[in-house]
Amino acid sequence: MKPATAAFAGVLFAIGLIVSDMTSPGRIVGFLELSDPTLMFVMGGAIGVYAPFAWLARKRRSPLFARSFHLPRSNAIDLPLVAGAVIFGVGWGLSGLCPGPALVASGTGRLDTLIFVGAMIAGIAFCKLAKPRV
Amino acid sequence: MLIGLAAAIALIANGRIAGISGTLGKALHADDDGGRPFRVAFLVGLIATGVVGAQLVPGAFGANVAGTAQLAIAGLLVGVGTTLGNGCTSGHGVCGISRGSKRSLVAVIVFMGTAMVTVAVRGAL
Repeated sequence: MKPATAAFAGVLFAIGLIVSDMTSPGRIVGFLELSDPTLMFVMGGAIGVYAPFAWLARKRRSPLFARSFHLPRSNAIDLPLVAGAVIFGVGWGLSGLCPGPALVASGTGRLDTLIFVGAMIAGIAFCKLAKPRV
Repeated sequence: MLIGLAAAIALIANGRIAGISGTLGKALHADDDGGRPFRVAFLVGLIATGVVGAQLVPGAFGANVAGTAQLAIAGLLVGVGTTLGNGCTSGHGVCGISRGSKRSLVAVIVFMGTAMVTVAVRGAL
């Protein structure tokens, strides 16, 4: 049951990105240029749906198909958080691609998208090796 | 809204945050929290839907806006940045903000601001 619900969540997440055209980098750049508000509505819609469930999760002791919740505990607003967000922001602005849409768009098999995803995985691996506890 | 529902299923059914960068990073890197089956299944569903979607609705996958070299650099920056900052648009943006995490709110403001400046600078060059 557990992997099935996880795969279903992945499918639904990807459909959400495709339907809302977040898999088109031009739309993302349009938002970042302040000429296309779509992304704001997509994020707002996602937060609006998710927030009540996040509240519900706080009331429950455990999820339906697992023993416990695995939620971030850190509250620290520290240098890695801010520096990471800056670095991510530059990459996102240059490409119009963030991890979710990039992975979904890799399904097109386009070479340039695959190069982006390969570089992204290399960046993740580099960080993990440089600082294994991250 | 589908994205919110998908993330809600991951949370309520599996007790996991549906942040793409963290899910990918921790699926690649050995972890000890027993989350790998969730992460692999979630990512398989996500990417398989991309493969099917690219065939059914190719119009929803607009062209890239940068050349190959720039995409390679951008990919590297996105990988490093989301790992260092522990999250991306989905983890901090959707899940974090919904949970009322100040850390996520700061991350979202910083990466959106930086991305807007990057686009503006790129447009001016």
